[in-house]
Amino acid sequence: MAEIPHLLVHEHDDNVGVVVVEGLTAGTDMLCCVTHDNSTFRLTSGADVPIGHKIALKDLKAGDTAIKYGEDIGKIIADIPKGAHVHTHNCKTKRW
Amino acid sequence: MASKYSNMTVKAYRRENGRVGVRNHVVILPVDDISNAACEAVANNVKGTLAIPHAYGRLQFGEDLELHFRTMIGTGSNPNVHSVVVIGIEPGWTKRIADGIRETGKEVAEFSIEQNGDFETIRRASWAAKDFVHKATEVQREECNISELWVSTKCGESDTTTGLGSCPTVGNMYDKLLPEGITGFFGETSEITGAEHICQKRAINEEVGERWYKMWKAYQDDVIFAHQTDDLSDSQPTKGNIEGGLTTIEEKALGNLEKIGRTSQYIDILDPAEQPKSGNGLYFMDSSSAAAECVTLMAAGGAVIHTFPTGQGNVVGNPIVPVIKITANPRTVRTMAEHVDVDVSGILRREMTIDEAGDALIEMICRTANGRNTAAEALGHREFSMTKLYRSA
Repeated sequence: MAEIPHLLVHEHDDNVGVVVVEGLTAGTDMLCCVTHDNSTFRLTSGADVPIGHKIALKDLKAGDTAIKYGEDIGKIIADIPKGAHVHTHNCKTKRW
Repeated sequence: MASKYSNMTVKAYRRENGRVGVRNHVVILPVDDISNAACEAVANNVKGTLAIPHAYGRLQFGEDLELHFRTMIGTGSNPNVHSVVVIGIEPGWTKRIADGIRETGKEVAEFSIEQNGDFETIRRASWAAKDFVHKATEVQREECNISELWVSTKCGESDTTTGLGSCPTVGNMYDKLLPEGITGFFGETSEITGAEHICQKRAINEEVGERWYKMWKAYQDDVIFAHQTDDLSDSQPTKGNIEGGLTTIEEKALGNLEKIGRTSQYIDILDPAEQPKSGNGLYFMDSSSAAAECVTLMAAGGAVIHTFPTGQGNVVGNPIVPVIKITANPRTVRTMAEHVDVDVSGILRREMTIDEAGDALIEMICRTANGRNTAAEALGHREFSMTKLYRSA
């Protein structure tokens, strides 16, 4: 891959991806790569998001389930627009 | 079936019981907290020895006491240890630990402080330690097959890059080396929460899977639900995990489980610090997810090399087992390079495949087994933390 991806996504079913570059700023035309088969797509970041943090791949509503690794990783607790930062402020464990 | 890993050899130490070690420590082992000072004095007197001070060993009882004995005896019995000087406050428990280690066939000398005092104990123990150092330093490394290594894993200060890069690297190593006959350990009971449905299915058969699930559920009921005061959002994930982008325990658990790869299955379940008895293969050890505690338990179980994926940069080491640090996080590589043994950040840039990363880790395992000091060893990280099940009497 000639261009280094900004965002990695584990599986095609996932609705969140992980920022893998430092200093990502809002409005970046991100190269996104699905690690399962190395397929790529483009998405515009909606916020400055630190390396390792997640971005919504589609509009998510409170009550939705966050999917990563093709698995349930918790519940969305506030509406999140496509491209926005997903973290503890809008996503929470279903355990404990 | 032969693979390119089948004929790999390392230069290591073959012990009296046939096990293979990669280090050659003369350990000065305190039975209890109040014998630490005498052990440290002996280690100061005799160069080339290693005291392992710790916080416990008095008035423990029941399963907690059994775990203490298992951890002490397992640590002394580890093949990375050539010989052991055991010092306790009184002779009873001192003898129990010394005799437990003697079952391996290695040399053990025991001393107790009551009716001798620190001075006389240190004097006599120093003579024994000096004798052991002379013997240990004449032992030669010999060629051993890679299959004879017992390799453990536990990740720490995880972030989203561990699930993408460093944990799958360890998983790839296990997928390649377990079929060659190595023995592996994984664990971190609390940190499987959210991926327990997947972990149960990775057992060799249904019976083992059901025993695994009962163990995991008992932990949830007896520890988490019995003691929780909130949703554990400040503990699991940790503050460091959250800083690194992990949001929930489910997300953390799914990344954690990448350490057992795509095809590896566990063949049995171990109590904390328990040594495997079901032959070569992968074992799940019921263990804390705190780095030093978990590595200490796995070392007591007999692991001789530990593979440690980290995202945000956990710096843990162990006194007797080399801890190999693997990271895929480019920021951690940039800011904490002195702690990193295997840089797999190329995975995130799609410049390195998981297969290539697994091979890089296998190469580092061989180099470490041959004697290369890990970053944690070079930096003097010797964290030894006993797991305690409940308060002492």
